[in-house]
Amino acid sequence: MTAVPMDRLARERYLAEFSELEARLPGTRLPWLAKARRDALERFAETGFPTTRNEDWKYTNVAAIEKRPFPAARVAAADDAVARRAGELALDGAYLMVFVDGHLSLPLSRVTGLPTGVAVQGLAETLEARSDLVEALLAGESCSNGFEALNLALMADGAVIYLPRGVALERPVHVLYLATRDGTASHIRNLILAEDGSEATVIEHYAALNGTASFTNAVTRIRQGNNARVEHIKLQQESPKAYHVAAIQSLAGRDSRFTSHSIALGAALSRNDISTRLDDENAECHLNGLYMAGGRQHVDHHTRIDHAKPRGVSREYYRGVLDGAARAVFNGKVVVHADAQHTDAHQSNNNLLLSREAEVDTKPQLEIFADDVKCTHGATVGQLDPDMLFYLRSRGMEEAQARSLLTYAFAEDVITRIKVAPLRARIEEFLIHRLPEGGSIKELL
Amino acid sequence: MLEIRNLQVKVEGKLILKGIDLKVNAGEVHAIMGPNGSGKSTLAHVLAGRESYEVTEGKVTYLSHNLLELPPEERAREGVFLAFQYPVEIPGVNNVYLLKAALNAMRKHGGLEELDAMDFLKLVKDKMKLVEIGEEFLYRAVNEGFSGGEKKRNEILQMAVLEPKLAILDETDSGLDIDALKIVAHGVNSLRSPERAMILVTHYQRLLNYIVPDHVHVLSGGRIVKSGGRELALELEARGYGWIEQEAAGAARAEAK
Repeated sequence: MTAVPMDRLARERYLAEFSELEARLPGTRLPWLAKARRDALERFAETGFPTTRNEDWKYTNVAAIEKRPFPAARVAAADDAVARRAGELALDGAYLMVFVDGHLSLPLSRVTGLPTGVAVQGLAETLEARSDLVEALLAGESCSNGFEALNLALMADGAVIYLPRGVALERPVHVLYLATRDGTASHIRNLILAEDGSEATVIEHYAALNGTASFTNAVTRIRQGNNARVEHIKLQQESPKAYHVAAIQSLAGRDSRFTSHSIALGAALSRNDISTRLDDENAECHLNGLYMAGGRQHVDHHTRIDHAKPRGVSREYYRGVLDGAARAVFNGKVVVHADAQHTDAHQSNNNLLLSREAEVDTKPQLEIFADDVKCTHGATVGQLDPDMLFYLRSRGMEEAQARSLLTYAFAEDVITRIKVAPLRARIEEFLIHRLPEGGSIKELL
Repeated sequence: MLEIRNLQVKVEGKLILKGIDLKVNAGEVHAIMGPNGSGKSTLAHVLAGRESYEVTEGKVTYLSHNLLELPPEERAREGVFLAFQYPVEIPGVNNVYLLKAALNAMRKHGGLEELDAMDFLKLVKDKMKLVEIGEEFLYRAVNEGFSGGEKKRNEILQMAVLEPKLAILDETDSGLDIDALKIVAHGVNSLRSPERAMILVTHYQRLLNYIVPDHVHVLSGGRIVKSGGRELALELEARGYGWIEQEAAGAARAEAK
């Protein structure tokens, strides 16, 4: 008799979980949703989680997620510790949605004072009361891998943000996801619908109570109408024991602009798939990212930009700082379709390795099928510049302090692009704390 | 103040300085001249503590210190200042805050009270007049986007604020037009004092029209092959470096016999 392979065990575990949960998942009365969930589950049953044999997952082994049971976290009232943590992390001046282990906590959230017609609410309640808002998005969903399929089958909640035509949301929406229970999974699905000419800033902020070993499986779908502007900021600072897989996909209309910032600081293993399709003429996207990892952390960004129509502009700017035995992966795919003449695409990825054991795999991937385009890319992997270090030391600065200062300045170059001032300050503070001589460099910035 | 004895230095495995002897007293200005590749900049950087340069022989005494044993930051705090030929751009690090940290590191090391922001700014603004640098430079990133001349003036501003005991100026004149050169020279001259020594590393005599040295040394092939007064610089201008190199080669041959 041969042992049952691990991937089969994992599949069986999730299939069993689905049968148990199905009747209680939000939107069970909706036939189209039940079908979408079952189709997704079938897909997951076929493929399971991706393996390193899959080119897109070559450097990121998710066996640790597969091996361990991560049952979906149940709804529970937030206790004092959770409420306190949410209070500490809430950003001034923003609408706040707090999800505890993947479920919206109304008592901890505050979304009052929204302009007329704007919806900022949980997916679970949306499926029960306003399923028309999200049906098109969910029923037509195609899942690109096992994580996304599992997410669609088991999704329990997430943020739904709906912006009617021409409405600009002045305050950002801070969506805070707190992982509080070890060994549980949150299958989060966020939907952002920005009608023509609307505008909003959305912050997806993943955090945890100290040391929570959880599994976050998040999917965000964004639809932008003509001339709509969405600024999306993802800040991932989960616990060093957590597993985090997230997929963000945006579809951008004519003259629209999508800006994405992905700041990955936490988790034992994190994977981000960020893809944008410039689906009509003259659309623009900016993808910025900073990953900072130490110890044995593994952080992977796979980005994809599809230039589908003419005169699209894309700017991609990712930086990484790796210490200890950390490993980072950056894969930046840009596809310029045959129709997308006068595309202007630029991509860069710069990595700073602070230790000999740290490692990065960076790969630009350009596929160009139009002939009148401007596409550039550049990737670097290196250490701190010895000339800069010497210059600072020749001005009396301790070596360790000079190293911290230069590392900070390198990372800060991404952070300055974030326009939400209190969030920027928060991240800067975090970076300073993380650096060995952080305290002493504060006054030099 | 500074005594260099038989200093030999390798850069990337290649012997660049082949035995330098030099004595500099407080109050003196020494010019080190020489053709390209003679080792002038290497000497300047070794004195400031560049670690990638390997000292294989010799001794450098600065005040009562064995200079070569000190890391660069301690040399700076002890009053050694190098004005770079190519000042480094450091994005994200504020120019004036770096200068304040540098000054306070020196003051703290010397047992003086650190200056607060107000007193420091007063001091800097005063010194800025000397090099005719605008206030906007203070709040930009270190040297980032500065023109060549602005970078050099920024170096002299740092020197004016830090008031080093030993200032080493590495090709400070290179890339400067005549107006900028005059401004820089004025800054340097106003810092001449009986307590301070200066070493000017330069390829051209031009700078020495404005900063008149007490001693001139010619470096060639990693050795000081000739020393003299100011007139030596003028002679070099008139005759070039060729004759010195020939003389040195002749002397070396004679010595070998």
